[in-house]
Amino acid sequence: MTEPLVKIINARKAFKTVHALRGVNLNVYPQEVVFIIGPSGSGKSTLLRTINQLEHLDQGAVYFNGVDVTNPKTDIRHVREQIGMVFQAFHLYPHLKVIDNITLAPRVVKKVPPEVARVKAIKLLEKIHLPDKIEAWPEQLSGGQKQRVAIARALAMEPTLLLFDEPTSALDPEMVKEVLDVMLELAKEGMTMVVVSHEMGFAKAAAHRVVFMDQGEIVEEGTPEQIFNRPQNQRTEKFLLHVLH
Amino acid sequence: MGPEVKDEPPVTIQVTDGVLLPKKDKPTIFTSWAIAFTLAIALLVILPLVKPDPYLNILATFPSGILVTFQVTFSAIVLATLIGVFVGIGQLSKITLVNRVATVYVEIIRGIPLLVQIFFLYFALGRFFRLQDFPAAVLSMSICYGAYMGEVFRAGIQAIPKGQMEAALSQGFSRSQALRLIILPQTIKIILPAIGNEFIALLKDSSLVSVVALTDLFRQARNYASVTFNYFDAYLMVSLVYLVFTLFLSRLVAIMEEKLKTHD
Repeated sequence: MTEPLVKIINARKAFKTVHALRGVNLNVYPQEVVFIIGPSGSGKSTLLRTINQLEHLDQGAVYFNGVDVTNPKTDIRHVREQIGMVFQAFHLYPHLKVIDNITLAPRVVKKVPPEVARVKAIKLLEKIHLPDKIEAWPEQLSGGQKQRVAIARALAMEPTLLLFDEPTSALDPEMVKEVLDVMLELAKEGMTMVVVSHEMGFAKAAAHRVVFMDQGEIVEEGTPEQIFNRPQNQRTEKFLLHVLH
Repeated sequence: MGPEVKDEPPVTIQVTDGVLLPKKDKPTIFTSWAIAFTLAIALLVILPLVKPDPYLNILATFPSGILVTFQVTFSAIVLATLIGVFVGIGQLSKITLVNRVATVYVEIIRGIPLLVQIFFLYFALGRFFRLQDFPAAVLSMSICYGAYMGEVFRAGIQAIPKGQMEAALSQGFSRSQALRLIILPQTIKIILPAIGNEFIALLKDSSLVSVVALTDLFRQARNYASVTFNYFDAYLMVSLVYLVFTLFLSRLVAIMEEKLKTHD
């Protein structure tokens, strides 16, 4: 078996008195698309954010490409360069045009020459089907367009892993599909992705593995088919009933 | 403090120490601004026309003082803004020493009257190192307003959604790169009106530097008054001139704020 790209070992974290994570183990392999589902407060976003250390663990370790990212001696910036993240609320840089949103990090962090970064950004905008928005300001975009630009911004760093934190939860229903389509394309190209989301249809189409979390623990994991159609655990079953109405 | 008060919402009063900005969508403030501004201008024009002696004579002594007042104000606001950036960032720093230095600076400066600070720097510390009048005036104003500006920057930085820093960090930016390239440019836009308010306050407070040997606008008026013993007219005219400046600037800040809003 190939080495996992992400290896989370016994991750524990508490926010004041709430136990967000209580001993989570999870491996993500190259080119795998892993879905994390679960009720709010189950710790799924926290788990995702420990991978690029936006959240620090109390105990346990997270390895990325064999490097322990929880070790204070690790050059975390270099690790983050290789991990793209897409947020629920987009977090585009509002004072920069679309093109600069995409090229800023490559130019500053990776020292890519501006012309090279620009050419790459234009290609990415074509890929997300927004070639005419190069000079647009974020505020002029719809929610779905913003999220697609956010994906392009993450891709501009040529990451080996993409993290999605509820990428469609803040979108109007009619805009969800355009974002999912872009994500589906990425999955087909072999991008390694960890996705926190409740888009079951998308999970069925793209996910290799679905992980169900509840109260800071992984309750059950398996193929989308197993989890959605034949859940073994009562908690999983109950949650799915809730989500699928 | 009894239990019967429990259900009542807490009373908050919103009063700023800055000027009220005369925006068109705030009719009452705009009207009072217009009345005050028109009145001040009218008096400044009519009085010297009707009675050139003393009013025109008083005004004639002002130009060099106005120049000094503006020189002090501009120099101090630039320096204070620079200090403010560092103090504001310092107050939010996770490095304990930096944080303490910045917050203690703000606490100390805000607790001492500006006039006392000017005396301290010019007369008390002046025994050890002699500062020129102009640098002394600018320095004391900047040190004082640097603390207030620090608060403005701190509030401005805190007003930027946390997600901006997280997005930047997730892309591999360092904290200082993120501050410089992503957080501060957004902060400046938010705090421009507040900086404008500090500028107006600084212009007014610059009259305090007339206690050191600097011949600013207010000092010119005092000089005139002490020579002619015509205190009433001298201080009336200088009040009107300050009023016209501050009212003009406050409207300018309001217009700027309206412009910034329409860009959103």
